[in-house]
Amino acid sequence: MKLKIPEQEIMSCGNVACQGCGATLAMRYALKALGKNTVLTIPACCWTVIDGPFPHSTVNVPLFHTAFSTAAATASGIKAGFEILGKDTNVVAWTGDGATYDIGLGTVSGAAERNDDILYVCYDNEAYMNTGNQRSSSTPLKAWTTTTPVESPKESHKKDIISIMAAHRIPYIATASIAYPEDMIEKFKKAKDIKGMRFILVFCPCPTGWKYAPQLTVKLARLAVQSNLFPLLEIENGTKWKLTKKIAHPKPIAEYLKLQGRFKHLNKKDIAEIQQIVEADWNLLLKKIEK
Amino acid sequence: MAKKSDEKIIYKKEKEMPPSAISFYSMDYNKTGSWRNFRPVIDYEKCTLCMICWKFCPEAAIKLEKTKKKGKEEVKPVIDYEYCKGCGICWEECPTRAIDIEEETD
Amino acid sequence: MRKVLMGNHALSYGAKLSRAEVISAYPITPQTEVVELLSQMCASGELKAKFIKVESEHSAMASLIGASATGVRTFTATSSQGLALMHEMLHWAAGARTPVVMGNINRAFAPPWSVWTEQNDSLSQRDTGWMQLYAQNNQEVLDSVIQAYKVAESLDLPAMVVLAAFVLSHTSETVDIPAQEKVDEFLPPYKREYKIDPDEPHAFGGLTKPDNYFELRYKIQKAMEKAVSKWEEVGEEFEAFFGRKYGLVETYKVSDAKDLIVSSATIASTARNAVDSLREKGKKVGLLRIRVFRPFPAEMIRRILSSVDKVIVIDRNIGFGSSGIFCQEVKAAMYNEKNTPPIFGVIAGLGGRDVTSKNIIEIYEDAIKMEEPESDIIWKGLKI
Repeated sequence: MKLKIPEQEIMSCGNVACQGCGATLAMRYALKALGKNTVLTIPACCWTVIDGPFPHSTVNVPLFHTAFSTAAATASGIKAGFEILGKDTNVVAWTGDGATYDIGLGTVSGAAERNDDILYVCYDNEAYMNTGNQRSSSTPLKAWTTTTPVESPKESHKKDIISIMAAHRIPYIATASIAYPEDMIEKFKKAKDIKGMRFILVFCPCPTGWKYAPQLTVKLARLAVQSNLFPLLEIENGTKWKLTKKIAHPKPIAEYLKLQGRFKHLNKKDIAEIQQIVEADWNLLLKKIEK
Repeated sequence: MAKKSDEKIIYKKEKEMPPSAISFYSMDYNKTGSWRNFRPVIDYEKCTLCMICWKFCPEAAIKLEKTKKKGKEEVKPVIDYEYCKGCGICWEECPTRAIDIEEETD
Repeated sequence: MRKVLMGNHALSYGAKLSRAEVISAYPITPQTEVVELLSQMCASGELKAKFIKVESEHSAMASLIGASATGVRTFTATSSQGLALMHEMLHWAAGARTPVVMGNINRAFAPPWSVWTEQNDSLSQRDTGWMQLYAQNNQEVLDSVIQAYKVAESLDLPAMVVLAAFVLSHTSETVDIPAQEKVDEFLPPYKREYKIDPDEPHAFGGLTKPDNYFELRYKIQKAMEKAVSKWEEVGEEFEAFFGRKYGLVETYKVSDAKDLIVSSATIASTARNAVDSLREKGKKVGLLRIRVFRPFPAEMIRRILSSVDKVIVIDRNIGFGSSGIFCQEVKAAMYNEKNTPPIFGVIAGLGGRDVTSKNIIEIYEDAIKMEEPESDIIWKGLKI
């Protein structure tokens, strides 16, 4: 049986992630693609804890913990240090949606504008999961979180971070999903060898926060792509948009929503509204895709 | 290489510690297998050796066991119960339904 | 080589001679000339450093912590609001034991907006684990940057060289710029023990439970305590190399003094003139300038203050709800001593209000009339 993804494991077992954690699967794939010549900067997020307590670590590559908003800036500094020392090492900021979409957005924008030579990864579980599932600007419309209770679920749309990054005209942007590891690993391998700032958004379902049985993590990640909610794409220089997976027959969003406790309060009207928004966003995206 | 340890290290003396919180040890002392309520069991009669279970395990707790049979290398997925957290992704994703979920008795 | 330099440029030259390798800074009045000259030096190749033009001071410090942890020498400069914005990362630099060296131009906090000198910005950072020293002239600014690297790197503690806004930062003085070869001999390249290195992968700063966090804090304090003798040692070595002596404190006409004025930075400079004038009138007064504030040279201060009748501390800062900060620390150092003199705490010059030699003479003459201080704060020059 020929394996379609690299065989070697870089991460060791024994991490303290929840059962079925999407972000842990994402790290496993990312490290397979990046290899040992990698340094991770990790701000406050689930991975701060998943790696394990001092003096233990699970990733087997250097991991520099950073303050919440500073993963990008710290990565830029580490890369500058390595350039002075003549070391050609991948410097990767591995961040949650809280750090990227909200508190650290300024630093991400700064690094992007300077085109600092770092790979910036956001594993998106759509809320501040490490502190117990409070809403972030990545939380989707109408979702329940502890700060958007069912009496008043999230009113605003999920922030379009991909368009924000594209506006910075950085060399490479991609979206990836843990349900499509071959696509994800190919993108990480490609990004690894590009100079300048690269941004990859990884869709990571969270059983603890989204309220579903942990076995469904990969299925949900797949459904998100198959319903065009989370299209898999690449953008070169902020201007050349390309889909890396075309869905011939998109699934209705209801199939995805119904599996999650955080959408349990939605009625038919809500689901229809969400379906419309997914289709509208998809049509807008199609206009950007290069023919 | 990360140092191995049998259990979580707590430094007993300040002099033994690194100058700041630098981690030298691996996490593999932490046998997350004890977290399970349910355990996945592979039925090798139904297993087609597609390795999808190995691919999707977040813990990398499914190992590829390689054996040589009649000069040919054979690979089969083997669940490492020391670390398997019992999330059930392998059970859900297996295309031939070759993985059963049993209640954990340990 | 002697050159006429403003304080800000003295900082830039200090960083250049120390061969800073990664510089990350954000402009703020009155620091802008520091980074402008360093930008120029990096662009022309005069200084072989990477200059990251960060989008905020918080990012400036974050990026330098990352760079320093790879084992390279780092530098930045800031002031008031910028320093305050960096506050979270100052704690981080100390906790990560990265010997970043920073120039801080003492400027008063907003609101209301002010660009003039006051020490609250740097003193607000006194608990972060950063060493800090207060310079009184531009020569000392340049020399202190070089010394700061030597002390910081030997202990893996960050250090800030502090100078007054405009009074030093924009005032031109003749400065002797030491030869690069001599500085190279005095200050060898930075060697870091545990670096970010993919050949030796570790996690840095991971979650630490109460079972070991306490000991890590103890280590920082121990390093600070070692810093007292280290500053002395480096000061003596610097004198042997460059002919200029700096200690943690500086005394002026103290040996036969009955009363003592204690201050820092440019007020101490001016106080020297006041002491001379008072001596001419037959007053036996001396001056103690506190140069290194963190670590606080308590033992030295105890030795000097134990033999005088009255002590007057002049603070260009205030710890709201308490009193002048240098005064608090001096009093704390003297508390357990058997013969501690009465200590008068004066606050003057906040927001950049000028403190003249005449003001200092008046401060002395008013204090001397009293047996004991009547309150914790004597306000000088306040318009009420």
